[in-house]
Amino acid sequence: MNAYWPIVVPALIKIVVILGIVLTGVAYSTLAERKVSAWMQDRRGPNRVGPFGLLQPVADGMKFFFKEDITPREAYRPLYLLAPFLTLFPALITFAVIPFGTQISVGGQTYPLIIAPGMDVGVIFLLAVSSIGVYGILLAGWSSGNKYSLMGGLRSASQVISYELGIALAVMSVVLWTGSFDFRRIVEDQTGWGHIWFVGPQFLAFIVFTVAVFAETNRLPFDLPEGESELVAGYHTEYSGLRFAMFFMGEYANMITASAFVVLLFLGGWNLPFVNYAWFGPLWGGLLSAVVFFAKVAVLLFVFIWVRWTLPRFRYDQLMSLGWKRLFPLALLNLVLISTLLVLRGRP
Amino acid sequence: MKVTRPKLSWWERTYFPAILKGMKLTFSHIFRKRVTLQYPEERWTLPPGYRGQPVLLTGLDGHEKCTSCKLCQFICPPEAIRIVAGETELAKEKFPKEFDIDMGLCIFCGYCQEVCPVEAIWLKDNYELADYDRTNLIFDKEKLLALGRKPPYLPGREKPLEEER
Repeated sequence: MNAYWPIVVPALIKIVVILGIVLTGVAYSTLAERKVSAWMQDRRGPNRVGPFGLLQPVADGMKFFFKEDITPREAYRPLYLLAPFLTLFPALITFAVIPFGTQISVGGQTYPLIIAPGMDVGVIFLLAVSSIGVYGILLAGWSSGNKYSLMGGLRSASQVISYELGIALAVMSVVLWTGSFDFRRIVEDQTGWGHIWFVGPQFLAFIVFTVAVFAETNRLPFDLPEGESELVAGYHTEYSGLRFAMFFMGEYANMITASAFVVLLFLGGWNLPFVNYAWFGPLWGGLLSAVVFFAKVAVLLFVFIWVRWTLPRFRYDQLMSLGWKRLFPLALLNLVLISTLLVLRGRP
Repeated sequence: MKVTRPKLSWWERTYFPAILKGMKLTFSHIFRKRVTLQYPEERWTLPPGYRGQPVLLTGLDGHEKCTSCKLCQFICPPEAIRIVAGETELAKEKFPKEFDIDMGLCIFCGYCQEVCPVEAIWLKDNYELADYDRTNLIFDKEKLLALGRKPPYLPGREKPLEEER
């Protein structure tokens, strides 16, 4: 048993730290959403709870706790109760395979900054698990026993088949380029002299992926499953209290996952140009790399919010045509281009 | 109506120019001046002639000026005013025994002020009338007179109307 402690204890510490960071990130991205939206509309945003409204997420959380938890009579109870967990849980579990920095060396031991180190199929795991979240939406829509919820769930299903091909193909071109499903390898390929972030060589894939990721996280302009103006609140119309909060947290956790995904694949992960983390020593270098990584994620979260408060919602058929007629062919074209390039270059 | 559909270039048809333009606009708004008024701390500066809560004014002799002619009661569109007339030894002969205004009904139109022949009722600049109980919103004569004695009497005036003359 003793042989496992050196593995288990750091892993547990990392889990606690990462969950802390992610959940705080979720809480504060809700605040950021409200603040930024307010600023973009020349308003001030929440500023009553704590200095500059910084304790607003705490107040929101408290409110969710004390709200009544309603299950409609028409709902199919088991799935109705399960659905929120199915949305939040995959969003959080994806952080097991997301590396968030180089490594930290303490007391002669080196700890890579990832919960599940040595996971060489991280990309596939992330793709697979993050797709489960859609089932939460689907089931919530179906089990609520409400036509608006059902429409939301239905739209979510149609959205999945529209954008997932684009996502997968865009990811495939990056994977072809590096020859690995390991996030660490992908980031290393964007690090150091003679390497650039994949936004450059993989620009088409970057565009396709980013657009599709907006759809995957149900953010505007693709928030059809919610569609307030047509569907009341879409799939979570009937949910209240903490169960609604779980959908809410799931959406923001998904945003963080998606941002981390984009950062890792295209924006160089924790890599800063012209900076070598070895300069800062084994401990501070590692911590700095984590800070850089989360800073990049934060910037992308801002872009998510920014886009939401700029663009109107797509129509149902427009999303489908975008997914099938634009993103899918573009991703295919990119894949062909990249593989041709690789064959010509003669990569081993 | 003839809708002109401009021929869009390939680049424009990707929507990217329009999206980027929009995002530039929303981003620029982040640094604009905020229009929100922090209400309980900050207040509006009310324009002269602002129509707020109606009050009853007193004359120089300290009695209410109202002669209980009931013109305001008749003209009041939501019928928020109720007057019970009575006789008095004063020169004006009639006075309101009771004078109630239901602030829950009042629409602050100012007709009562306009129609009053003796300038006994006036709309002050108070607009904070919310209460947890509707019965508290029915202001009786004493309350209205007390409000009429309290400054500010009118926007831009320091004294009760009568004392200025």
